[in-house]
Amino acid sequence: MSCCAAGTESASELDALRSALPVADELALASRSIGGGLRQCDLIVPGVHCGACIALLEKELPKLEGIERARVNLSTRRISVVARGEGAAAGRMMASAVEEMQALGYASHLPGPEDEMGDPVLRELLRSLAVAGFASMNVMLLSVSVWSGAEDATRDLFHLISALIAGPAILYAGRVFYRSAWQAVSHGRANMDVPITLGVLLAYAISMFETFSHGEHAYFDASLTLLFFLLAGRTLDHMMREKARSAVRNLANLSPRGAMVIGADGAHDFRSLDEIEPGMMIALAAGERVPVDGIVAEGAGDMDFSLVNGESEPVRVEAGAEVPAGTLNLTGSLVVQASRAARDSFLSEMVSMMEAAESGRAGYRRIADRASSIYAPVVHLLAFLTFIGWIAATGDWRQATLIAVSVLIITCPCALGLAVPVVQVIAAGRLFESGIMVKDGSAMERLAEIDHAVFDKTGTLTRGRPVLLNGDAFSPSTLALAAAIARHSRHPLSKALASVAAGGEAGRLRLSVEEIAGEGLQATAQDGTVYRLGRSSFALGSEADTQDSGSEVVLSRNDEELATFRFADSVRSGAAAAMADLAARGIEAEILSGDREAPVAALARQLGMEHWTSRTRPADKVARLEALRGDGQRVLMIGDGLNDAPALSAAHVSMAPASAADVGRQAADFVFLHDSLEAVPTALSISQRANRLIRQNFALAIAYNVVAVPLAVLGHASPLVAAVAMSSSSIIVVLNSMRLKWARADRRAAAEHKRDLSSGRGTPGIPAGGVAS
Amino acid sequence: MTNLLILIPVALFLGLLGLGAFLWSLKSGQYDDLEGAAWRVLDDGEDKPKGQDDRRDSAD
Repeated sequence: MSCCAAGTESASELDALRSALPVADELALASRSIGGGLRQCDLIVPGVHCGACIALLEKELPKLEGIERARVNLSTRRISVVARGEGAAAGRMMASAVEEMQALGYASHLPGPEDEMGDPVLRELLRSLAVAGFASMNVMLLSVSVWSGAEDATRDLFHLISALIAGPAILYAGRVFYRSAWQAVSHGRANMDVPITLGVLLAYAISMFETFSHGEHAYFDASLTLLFFLLAGRTLDHMMREKARSAVRNLANLSPRGAMVIGADGAHDFRSLDEIEPGMMIALAAGERVPVDGIVAEGAGDMDFSLVNGESEPVRVEAGAEVPAGTLNLTGSLVVQASRAARDSFLSEMVSMMEAAESGRAGYRRIADRASSIYAPVVHLLAFLTFIGWIAATGDWRQATLIAVSVLIITCPCALGLAVPVVQVIAAGRLFESGIMVKDGSAMERLAEIDHAVFDKTGTLTRGRPVLLNGDAFSPSTLALAAAIARHSRHPLSKALASVAAGGEAGRLRLSVEEIAGEGLQATAQDGTVYRLGRSSFALGSEADTQDSGSEVVLSRNDEELATFRFADSVRSGAAAAMADLAARGIEAEILSGDREAPVAALARQLGMEHWTSRTRPADKVARLEALRGDGQRVLMIGDGLNDAPALSAAHVSMAPASAADVGRQAADFVFLHDSLEAVPTALSISQRANRLIRQNFALAIAYNVVAVPLAVLGHASPLVAAVAMSSSSIIVVLNSMRLKWARADRRAAAEHKRDLSSGRGTPGIPAGGVAS
Repeated sequence: MTNLLILIPVALFLGLLGLGAFLWSLKSGQYDDLEGAAWRVLDDGEDKPKGQDDRRDSAD
């Protein structure tokens, strides 16, 4: 795989969504002063993939005037551009840098407002891990000396030094666990961190007591290695999730940061989103998104409502039409009067609806928490019984306490604490390689349980963009001519036409093209011939009005028809295979679409799906999911539009394609980057496998306890036994989890075999998607 | 016994030194971009063998 090929692929998938490059005003607004007359701005560059990309950008950008330096962060796919100067001047220089990057083939955009740099949680985890590692190594050194026979004063000295090292280290490194345990306990729940906290702190307390009473056994090393192992698991888990999150965040940000406001005196002024008040006039150029709900005051054009209602067919708007926030202006320039502020806009309405629907997974308890809610009481009861037993047998309080605590220490769920995160980190890594990002480990647990799947139609089962149907009917020169004209428009039908006959002989024609908003394109050749491409009424002159389905484009020469192009939305590659796979697993699939009845029914027939519902509103989708949950079904929701977002949060678990609306991507548990819908069965099979491994790990951890606990109860658990038992059980659990990684080769071969089979059966008329990576 | 009194503090001091170095490197942002660091080490920059002309492969 050549390194940058993957970038171009995913870039082309998102091409339909890419909004205009950030302009100087936006950049100036987003940049911050770093002193010395310099301003820094962080940009997301999804296309950087390797060392060559870094070297190229960091070498080329500082050559521009005013750009001081540029630094790429490959992990987060970002670049920090530092420019000399203040305010607007710095913004202009940064805009030139953005253009230069575009020219070099790297699209860039500004990160969203919620998106801060750096990761304080990871830093805290790493610092804790370092401290725990340092302390456990040194304490282990002293412990080994004690185990190998240090006695009397020497042993006491070693124990004392261990105590001095371990005390602050345990307090510092364990904060993550103490906080979470306290939170759980104060809400009357028990999670995995409660037994961990108890074990670590009790082991330390009893060891202190032993040290000062010149005892033989101290468990400082046990507390510290326990912390070290668990912190390692937690850090890996966090890094994996953060990687997925930042990858999701880095997808093109679809909500504008501000807009050009026209003042009373006619002056244009760039204002940030929260400064826009109802009543303000906003100038909206072609290719820009509507920032807040508004009403068109001047101009006419085609708007892309796909983010709002999920349907890809553009809607024609004129003065007086309402345009909700998030819609995209495709043709013509408009003046929109804001009717609501950003915080009251359509987008925010959807967000509050999502919050209401969030109960979908609030009731879910993670496997680890369920396990520990059984495990913790059993262990505590066992320790208590041991204590009672030893009192009854010997009447020695001190020895009874020591042995009861050693039971707690040896059962401390080191292996249990690793059982879940290690498997989930490896599973998330495997999903990541297949272009699927999982935002939360519990999402995999939930996905493994599903028995029902609900799909949105446009943009999910279909690509959500039109494809030319009857391209074979026309000569290459006609197609090239149409493409040459279509290239001048952002209308989805024009884009589809332009992509069919890119290149060709179109370059030879000298055309002056003008776009007539809401109608089509008019091109005048040098010899005076007038070509028109657009609605049939427009292309053929107003009197020749035929049926206008909205998915037809007519090309005419001097009002005489040359060609009629027909378009239809195409089915996503892998859709049929995904449905077959779901059916084979016994998972029922259905379509909930906002579209009209006929296309939904046709698609359902094509994919062999029995259940479908058309013309559903966002609230209907949520209601349907609630009804399914009422029947005891666990539902997977797959959708992309803003209108699907509430349903995505209402479902048991949810998935969205990378081309989905921002809010949809944030609501979904999984986001898949590739075009193919086979991501659904892939995610399902990896999650189910991960779930099996997690259960095996629990079984292993419990088996270890069955062996170790009797030793502890009988009073034979010396610190050496505890250390050996704990480390070996952890290592066995980690090795078992690694099987998910090792099983890769034969599983990939199986997947390829399946793909061969499914492409043979194929979906009619659909080219195989470019999923090869 | 006396050599222990010297060696244990020395061992602890060296350990602390390592810990301090790690915390410093963390604070100065050296762990912010591990993927990028893996590539940067391969980048020769402008350094070329003697006598080679100024051709340079850009990113493909």
